[in-house]
Amino acid sequence: MPYSTRLLAEPRPASFAAQIQRVRTDCGLEAWLIEDHSMPLLSMAFAFKGGVTQDPEGKHGVSAMLAGLLDKGADEYDGAAFQQALDDEAIELSFGISGESLPGQLRTLSSGRRRAFDLLASALRAPRFDPDALERQRDRAAARMQQALHDPGKVAARAFRSACYGVHPYGRSADPQTLATISRDDIVAIRGRIMARDNLKIACVGAINASELRDELDRVFGSLPAAAQLAEIPPAAIGGVGTRHVVQLDVPQSLILFGRQGIGRDDADFDAATVVNHCLGGGSFTSRLFREVREKRGLCYGISTQNSDRDHGSMFGGMTSTSNERAGEALGVINEQLRLMSGEGIGALELEKAKQFLIGSYALRFDTSGKIAGLLCKLQLNGTDVTRLDTRNASIAAVSAEAAARAAPRLIGDGKMLVAIAGKPAGL
Amino acid sequence: MKPEPPFELAPIATGAGASAEARSNGIVHTTLENGLGVLIIPDHRAPVVTHMVWYKNGSADDPVGKSGIAHFLEHLMFKGTRKHPAGTFMTTIAELGGQQNAFTSNDFTAYFQQIAAEHLATCMEYEADRMKNLVLTEEMVSSERKVVLEERLMRTESKPGQILGEALQAALFTTHPYGKPVIGWQEDIRGLVRDDALDYYRRFYTPENALLVVAGDVEPAAAIDLAKRYYGKLQRRGVPPVRRRPDEPKPTTQRQLSLVDAKVGQPQFLRTHLVPSYGNAGPGEAEAFSLLALLLGRAQTGVLYRRLVVKEDIASSVGANYVGTARDRSRFALSASAKPGIGLERLDAAIEAVIQEHSANGFDRADIERAKKRLIASALYARDSQLSLSQWYGRSICIGMTFEAIDAWPERVASVSSEDLRRALHGLDRSTCVSGRLLQSDTGGAASAAA
Repeated sequence: MPYSTRLLAEPRPASFAAQIQRVRTDCGLEAWLIEDHSMPLLSMAFAFKGGVTQDPEGKHGVSAMLAGLLDKGADEYDGAAFQQALDDEAIELSFGISGESLPGQLRTLSSGRRRAFDLLASALRAPRFDPDALERQRDRAAARMQQALHDPGKVAARAFRSACYGVHPYGRSADPQTLATISRDDIVAIRGRIMARDNLKIACVGAINASELRDELDRVFGSLPAAAQLAEIPPAAIGGVGTRHVVQLDVPQSLILFGRQGIGRDDADFDAATVVNHCLGGGSFTSRLFREVREKRGLCYGISTQNSDRDHGSMFGGMTSTSNERAGEALGVINEQLRLMSGEGIGALELEKAKQFLIGSYALRFDTSGKIAGLLCKLQLNGTDVTRLDTRNASIAAVSAEAAARAAPRLIGDGKMLVAIAGKPAGL
Repeated sequence: MKPEPPFELAPIATGAGASAEARSNGIVHTTLENGLGVLIIPDHRAPVVTHMVWYKNGSADDPVGKSGIAHFLEHLMFKGTRKHPAGTFMTTIAELGGQQNAFTSNDFTAYFQQIAAEHLATCMEYEADRMKNLVLTEEMVSSERKVVLEERLMRTESKPGQILGEALQAALFTTHPYGKPVIGWQEDIRGLVRDDALDYYRRFYTPENALLVVAGDVEPAAAIDLAKRYYGKLQRRGVPPVRRRPDEPKPTTQRQLSLVDAKVGQPQFLRTHLVPSYGNAGPGEAEAFSLLALLLGRAQTGVLYRRLVVKEDIASSVGANYVGTARDRSRFALSASAKPGIGLERLDAAIEAVIQEHSANGFDRADIERAKKRLIASALYARDSQLSLSQWYGRSICIGMTFEAIDAWPERVASVSSEDLRRALHGLDRSTCVSGRLLQSDTGGAASAAA
């Protein structure tokens, strides 16, 4: 992939977008392909739009159960036999679940390619959802929930979600009572609703050409229903900004989450917000928060912020962990830095350095076939045009001081945050 | 972690001296005059490069009473030199669009950057500089010590499973320094001072104790020239660093540790054994343990899963972990998480029954073939990532494996016999293991440790 990392001042780099072939099939499927025969393997990333937010009321956790069961038996293979069949050719197949989608990853050596597609086709066409596999999946989910009750990160996230989003699907958390009610019928039902051809995105990177891929796609995905039946999810309003929620947990460190309304990817200030965020807490070793909280005061090991865009809303926020007795101090430093940045913005040199990093490091995202396939799939899920791969660096380069000055107060506002803490914080 | 070489190819006969040796997979290695090992792994799929410096020492070389110094020094290596004061390296690499990090293990410490290929020289300049010219003040040391203590709190002190894990390791290695946590014991960390860091630095951070790995969009000859230019002028210390690692005496007892904590979500049973590593094993021994980890511990298809999760329905998950990438004798661990109402003694008994059965009867041929295939394939998959590839070679060389051994690994895996597997299984002797029980504090008799 001859994607150049040189800055835009120099000769124009080759187009990354131009390397992507759009493979379309008779049955209406489309896959983005980057052919690369330098290694005898291929990675495929695919996803069905519509994830946890699609769980019906009272059945929260059902899509996670579905994802967990898709590789636990299909056609004539029970769970063990399916896994053995994958192992026979060292094929890696897994499914996951996120708020917005049900993703899958397939990785295979060229020697196992045919078999890999066969097995994926089976998993998509005829998953068994055997009763014993289902019960084991339920047990594992229950065990994770138990664990989550004592994990500071999960405890804080749960409190944050609830205070932030209330009854919106984003605000929900799994619970054992609901888990116990999830039936095979529920799983079959949600499968029928979200695993369809019209909300499916596919990306493939590796040793396969367009014509070979086209042949495989209909075979693998063709059995799925044509149309998904997704429930309409309303935009998520962010609540609780300015409030603080502490969940007492008997741990020596307080895990602190903070957040407020973010700037969405379709907003004109999105790239400027990316740059501002990098300066504040996005850059691992170089951000203001890293410098003030970790380097200068030794208050934490990690601190970071991000501006994340989800389908139904965006969030700007961050997290850190610090000794209980220093929680108040850490929050004080964070608040001060937020206010400073919102009020004064970033300096000219800071702006240039941030842009240089963001531009120069872009190419590092494209270093393994799995990561590239994942990125291409994500672009499709977001509805982002493929040319973004080529224009993104120019957009970042074009972020002016004025744009940054506009984005900083929009992102941080008056610095008030919704704060959730798990631990025994002192000095608040 | 197991060392997993990228491909199976015939090694080229080594010549003597410092000339670069090219292997048929395109990898080139040489040694500079000052003893620095250099390994170049070309990969032209993207115009990026991964630059890594490995020091062949880790937490197992921490002096007594100063556990955590290797890891602490790793933090302090980012604090600057005479020429490039604190923060300069980090901001320069960031400005060039690079990413960097470092990690410490029992037997090695590594520093790396991933960056556009045209900036390789910059990485080398900084890395060579800090190999010899680190500058530390008491203030920096004091502040960073707090960071490390926070890191310890985050990684370990908040998590009963981790606390038990540390205790198991200390019990398994009564004498050998693998018994100490890499990050160090909390009290030791509090006592670490600037002189401790500098002593350790002078002792181990020398070219003859280091390995440079460059993977990515480079031509080997040009990369070696660059290495000579930046690293060649570093003086060797002259005296090889002394590694004093007392042998672990042969275990004679079964030790049982328990931890009861309100934060335990699900009771767990663990069992750990002292076993050979890739660093000290005879041919095929370590490979047998790598296979055993899959045969015993793999989800869905492993024998422990089939017995404890499916057949007896007493566990919700099981696992096996072999820490093969080590210089000295290392550990093999088994674990199982209990379903509600199931006592840990039942998991213990079931695991032992499975081990006894397979010691007597061996494993299913198809299972063995599958495990071999999976293990060998992982080496091929590693080729997809510069960082993975660099790590695999780096770790293997740091624990003392030769290139021949690394490249012949897939063949050795393929040749592991049923007898080798049975011998490895016999090494998992319950009467000399260290077992652990992670318990919830508000449970009744069913989940108690007593049989």
